[in-house]
Amino acid sequence: MEKLLNEFSLGLFVWQTLLFGLLLFLLWKFAWKPILKAVNDREEGIKNALDAAEEAKKEMQNVTADSEKLLKEARAEREAMLKEAREIKEKMISDAKEQAQVEGDKMIQKAQATIESEKKAAVADIKSQVANLSIDIAEKVIKGELSDKKKQQKLVENLLDDAKLN
Amino acid sequence: MHRFLKTDILSTMRMRFLKGIIATLVLFFVQGVFAKEDSHEEGKDLKTEIKEYIQHHLQDAHDFSLFSYTKENGEHKYIGFPLPVILWDNGLKVFSSSKFHHGETLAEIDGNYYKLYHSKIYKTDASGTINYDEEHHPTNVKPLDFSITKNVVMIMVTGLLMLWLFTSLARSYAKNNGIPTGAGRFFEPIVLYIRDDIARPNIGEKRYKKYMPFLLTIFFFIWFLNMFGMTPLGINVTGNIAITFALALMVFLITNFTGTKDYWMHQFNPLGDSMPWYAKIPLYIILVPIEILGLFIKPFSLLIRLYANMQAGHIVLMSLIGLMFIFKSWIGSPLSFGLAFAISLIEVLVALLQAYIFTMLSALYFGFASEEHEHDHGHDDEPELAHL
Repeated sequence: MEKLLNEFSLGLFVWQTLLFGLLLFLLWKFAWKPILKAVNDREEGIKNALDAAEEAKKEMQNVTADSEKLLKEARAEREAMLKEAREIKEKMISDAKEQAQVEGDKMIQKAQATIESEKKAAVADIKSQVANLSIDIAEKVIKGELSDKKKQQKLVENLLDDAKLN
Repeated sequence: MHRFLKTDILSTMRMRFLKGIIATLVLFFVQGVFAKEDSHEEGKDLKTEIKEYIQHHLQDAHDFSLFSYTKENGEHKYIGFPLPVILWDNGLKVFSSSKFHHGETLAEIDGNYYKLYHSKIYKTDASGTINYDEEHHPTNVKPLDFSITKNVVMIMVTGLLMLWLFTSLARSYAKNNGIPTGAGRFFEPIVLYIRDDIARPNIGEKRYKKYMPFLLTIFFFIWFLNMFGMTPLGINVTGNIAITFALALMVFLITNFTGTKDYWMHQFNPLGDSMPWYAKIPLYIILVPIEILGLFIKPFSLLIRLYANMQAGHIVLMSLIGLMFIFKSWIGSPLSFGLAFAISLIEVLVALLQAYIFTMLSALYFGFASEEHEHDHGHDDEPELAHL
């Protein structure tokens, strides 16, 4: 203790107190205050930025969810549309088939009717032609038969015979 | 100290020689030079000499000597610069410390004679006699000494360094949009550490701000001065009792002037409303004096801790360096050099640690002083043990 007191220098104590006080004041004014303020501002800034990022993330999630929903709806709609289209197609095809059937039947009937009438006409034509031919032939035969007297005679005789008989 | 008073002025010169050598740290030739020098001087005990040298180094000085050496003809050469001496002895007396010629001559100012004796200035007669009492203490008048000593110079240097460093850090924030540059990148985390891990937890979120400038200043002030103590310039500011006393006094004043009502209530009514007044009387006869004593013990422990740690570090380090000259062998000297090197590394850590502890405990005391209880609970959480 005696040694400590002996070492104690009042002058140094006074200088230390004065200089430290001055240093404290100057640093307070020109260093610590702006430093602590800057650091504080920066931390505030970082905090705000993080909050904003969090907010943005949430927003983003909302947007994603929305778009997902939209996409789903669109997909469902497309599905429905496709299904409807398929149905319409099938219906159209079946309708067309039915109509074709009916039309075809009608045409066949008409064709048959035409064929029938054509056939009749043809048969009638053939009949008349056969009759004409037969007459021509008969005529020629008769002419041939009647070319000489004898034969004419004979024919007449035959005809007479027939007539007699009748 | 009085053991060394018999030593003559010549030996003081030789101590300075030693100091110069150590300061330059040119270790390889030191041994040879020393062995030679030592043999032809008046056979003084090297151990005593080293002790004196260490003792001298631990004290403040009136001149800033970087190193000194002895010429062939025995003349002593000092490299360094003198500092102003300011005395109050029936009027202000200012003169250069070069007048003392490192203690070799008397300084005559306005018809008064002053002698520099063991780093202290005494008033003497024209022949420079110093009278001693029976305990071998000088009885000469000591004028009030407000000299710009080596320690004062170092305080100024540290102060200017801190001002430069931290104002430039503050400016770099403004310039770079809140991002530090250069040395600020190193110091900013420390500032933040003091704020977030010393001030905030010990003082509390609400009140820590008003103590921040003091805590930051005291931390860097002690740390820088401790680190200057590690340089070979022979600086020992934070190991000086006047310095640590001044620092601790400031902590004491701030603690008690910012003390809240609850703090003072705790000092004088530590048990609160936990028991009736008549039961408290016998307890308080003991408790209140202890509490009041505690007010002084807390800063006193700060004062002694810093002083003793820095002082001890310097003594250990210099003793180990001194051992090199005592051993004078190819085994012992390198060994003590290695040890001194290891201790130096530890001292660098201690320099930071002591600054941290001083700041930490100051913050703790400020915390006690400024806390406000949510009343109606015991004081069992009051860390009386924190005085340690």
